[in-house]
Amino acid sequence: MTEELHEVHLVVNGVPHDVAVPARRLLSDALRHDLGLTGTHVGCEHGVCGSCTVLLDGAPVRSCLLFAVTASGSAVTTVEGLTDADGSLGPVQQAFKDCHGLQCGFCTPGFLTTITAGLRDNPCPTHDEAREMIAGNLCRCTGYQNIVSAVERAAELIAGTGESV
Amino acid sequence: MTTRMFGESVARVEDDRFLRGTGRYVDDLGAGALQAAVLRSPHAHARIVDIDVSAVLDVDGVHAVFTYDDLQGPMAEPLPLLIPHPALTHGRTQYALAKDEVNHVGEAIAFVVADDRYLAEDAVDKIVVTYEFLPPVVGLAAARAAERLVHDDVPGNVAARLQQHVGDAPSAIAAAPHRLSLDLDIERSASTPMEGRGVLARWDTDSARMQVWTSTQTSTGVRAAVAAKLGLDLGQVDVITPDVGGGFGVKIVHPWPEELLVPLAARVLGEPVKFIEDRREHFISAAHERAQVQHVEVGFDDDGRLLGLDVEFWHDNGAYTPYGLIVPIITSTQLLGPYKPHNYRVTFESLYTNTVIVTPYRGAGRPQGVYAMERTMDAIAAYLGKDRAEVRAANFIQPDEFPYDHHLTFQDGRPLIYDSGDYPQLLDKITALIGWDGFEAERAEAAARGRRLGIGLACYVEGTGVGPYEGAHVHVETSGKVKVAIGLTTQGQGHQTAFAQIVADELGVPFESVEVVTGDTRRMPYAVGTFASRAAVMSGSAVQLAARKTKEKALRIAAEALEASVDDLEIVEGSVRVKGAPDSSIALGTVAVLSNPLRYAFDEASGAATQFSVGDPGKPPVADGEEPGLEAREFYSPERSTFAAGMHAVVVDIDPDTAEIEIVRYAVVHDCGNLINPMIVQGQIHGGVAQGVGGALYERMEYDEFGQLLNASFMDFLMPYVTEVPDGIEIDHLETPSPLNKLGIKGAGEAGVIPSAALFASAVEDAERLTPSGLAITAMPISPSQLFELRAQHRKDPS
Repeated sequence: MTEELHEVHLVVNGVPHDVAVPARRLLSDALRHDLGLTGTHVGCEHGVCGSCTVLLDGAPVRSCLLFAVTASGSAVTTVEGLTDADGSLGPVQQAFKDCHGLQCGFCTPGFLTTITAGLRDNPCPTHDEAREMIAGNLCRCTGYQNIVSAVERAAELIAGTGESV
Repeated sequence: MTTRMFGESVARVEDDRFLRGTGRYVDDLGAGALQAAVLRSPHAHARIVDIDVSAVLDVDGVHAVFTYDDLQGPMAEPLPLLIPHPALTHGRTQYALAKDEVNHVGEAIAFVVADDRYLAEDAVDKIVVTYEFLPPVVGLAAARAAERLVHDDVPGNVAARLQQHVGDAPSAIAAAPHRLSLDLDIERSASTPMEGRGVLARWDTDSARMQVWTSTQTSTGVRAAVAAKLGLDLGQVDVITPDVGGGFGVKIVHPWPEELLVPLAARVLGEPVKFIEDRREHFISAAHERAQVQHVEVGFDDDGRLLGLDVEFWHDNGAYTPYGLIVPIITSTQLLGPYKPHNYRVTFESLYTNTVIVTPYRGAGRPQGVYAMERTMDAIAAYLGKDRAEVRAANFIQPDEFPYDHHLTFQDGRPLIYDSGDYPQLLDKITALIGWDGFEAERAEAAARGRRLGIGLACYVEGTGVGPYEGAHVHVETSGKVKVAIGLTTQGQGHQTAFAQIVADELGVPFESVEVVTGDTRRMPYAVGTFASRAAVMSGSAVQLAARKTKEKALRIAAEALEASVDDLEIVEGSVRVKGAPDSSIALGTVAVLSNPLRYAFDEASGAATQFSVGDPGKPPVADGEEPGLEAREFYSPERSTFAAGMHAVVVDIDPDTAEIEIVRYAVVHDCGNLINPMIVQGQIHGGVAQGVGGALYERMEYDEFGQLLNASFMDFLMPYVTEVPDGIEIDHLETPSPLNKLGIKGAGEAGVIPSAALFASAVEDAERLTPSGLAITAMPISPSQLFELRAQHRKDPS
């Protein structure tokens, strides 16, 4: 029996998309495989690792724990949407590059989206708050040291106080 | 003058694509490919009586289902035993799909290909397997007892027994003034990269060619395996390793069943097929490591100097032995660390259990060996009432004793000879960095506040850069761009950056003009793989040799074009020029044009080349011994491994009531010879330390008596978040160059994780010095509840 399809309307990184997907299709799969936005990665499929984090109407969510149909009508920001309008790296992305905040890069998109939302809510985190901000995401490569530095660096860049490197 | 790139913390060229979400991992490729799912055994040990796939065959969207009966020829034979060893008398490997019997939960039984993964998983659920249950063997105690067998034809569950010795350890121990014995235990953990295994294959019917993309640590290994198993010529198979989301050892195993089944299905169906494992599959069907039980006998003098060391250990190799004895051999040899045991005997048994296979995970047997040795050092210090650092110092190989021959055989079959190092200086640095000497005052101050502090120290030596070889190809295009290909694969170590640094220096070109491709058999078909902290040493050296050869060729051609002597030329910023006369120069791209006596001109560089004249009109256009093109391929093959070393120290704060263990500070001193890119090396150490913390305090594979892995998820297997790792890691480097390669480098990838179990055991034990004899930490990892229990036990029975 062919699965019943449902129309889903998503505005992803400012671009409207209409896709027809089965009810059980995960938002992560819809983004990656139906829309071809493969920057969002899936590390565990049970909501623990945070690799698949995207912003749903601005709020960080685990796209592996949401059905695409439940996100219909929402605005989604993925890692592909974090660059500045001129195509240069956004401040959180730039901070990761400045601080060597990534190695294999697989978990990175989830950190970038999480921190983007975190710094929007708390633009000047203390060191402990910077650690807390990433405490729900797993990384197996970096040992987190430079990711914490990247949070602090990104806050500087956003505030316009960061010295260019 | 061009700035030297070697030794600089150059920002990584990889980062841009990863940060934009435009990296290409295997699941990002092959849009629209058919997707596979695997039926895996739910039982640890069972005979397969029947497999009924009839319910699957008519399901909409299902394209094929394979069981063992569908496999033919080499595919129907067991998977290869990759690294045989004479001591591995009872090596066993699994079939791509189980034949008659399953030996661990997660073993592949059937393979379904469907339109997408959802449908493939639906179909897997419809397969009905009838099992006859067999009693499982779980854990080393059951394996050693051998009341039940994993494999009927392997007596005692013993895959291998190996002994090595130098001198006469038993006699030396018997004659020693002091003797101790220790029984130690270390549990399973696993690599657990954020990206699991994955493979995509496309069979091109028109050109009879198989292309495979796989998340592996060895493209060339997978290529040879696919060709052999599918009956293809090597020349028909390309294996391309795209971006890889971490490896840490587990992806050196090959071929995984899926790495053969996916290409097979792609060929049978004539459509691209992809398999992407999920997290649970990674836990139950990839590989684990670490589990050993160890018994140490040691004899020593009044200064704590080793006189004889006799170690016996039992290694849990899981259900099969595809990777041979590499892990226990490394444990048995690297156990010696920076010390001179004088008389050493080591014996191990590698034992089967009905659990996931055991193959190298970052550190690859070293964490266990270091654990055995460092626990011994701590025990000697406690026994003699001496400082732990002092006892270690008394046993160090001294700087003037290199090369130091242990008279043992290392994992690569070569003599265990340390090439260089300075262990006393490392110890000075680590004790200064952690504040070893002032610690008692700190402890007393904390005790006054009701806190319980402990300090730990652990030392290791790591054989890195094992052979047999790696190669590199350097090609200067007519645009002046430099294309470099190495065969080994990359999983986040920044190879594209580090090797471009080497090429830029060697060839005299801007760093930005160098592009490095890794792990693509179309570009470099001869390679070994990424393991044993070998990439920088092996591929780095090969890249240097190939760049140097390319430079020599460029200078030969340019000398002719500029009518100058080779000795008077230099290459600066991508142009060959006469020293002292920078106006007399020729761009490398133009040299590339001249290197290829082609009839046709395509680009500006070709036009620019017309002003120069090279070649003797009386000789063939391609002279004897020359080849067209400004390119070179070179291989590096060292005599033996190069030995890096390091020491870690930690201060822990343990809650007197709850036994919660908090890290106060963590220090690392590391010697990996000359550093290509200090930023990258530091990142490797950070990551290793975090994995080490996980392995020492949190991570363990919880098997029940039935062989079910109870914590096969990230909810239950406790990998460290930022909240579990030290807030800041103090790092100091020592650089004793390796004499074995021209760059003087040693490997760095695994180092961070190696001493952790030993280190935390030392620190926790130090903090828990409840009585003069102390509470001994003999099993790792250790959780707060275990420590709580240990305390209770110790209060009852202080002996």
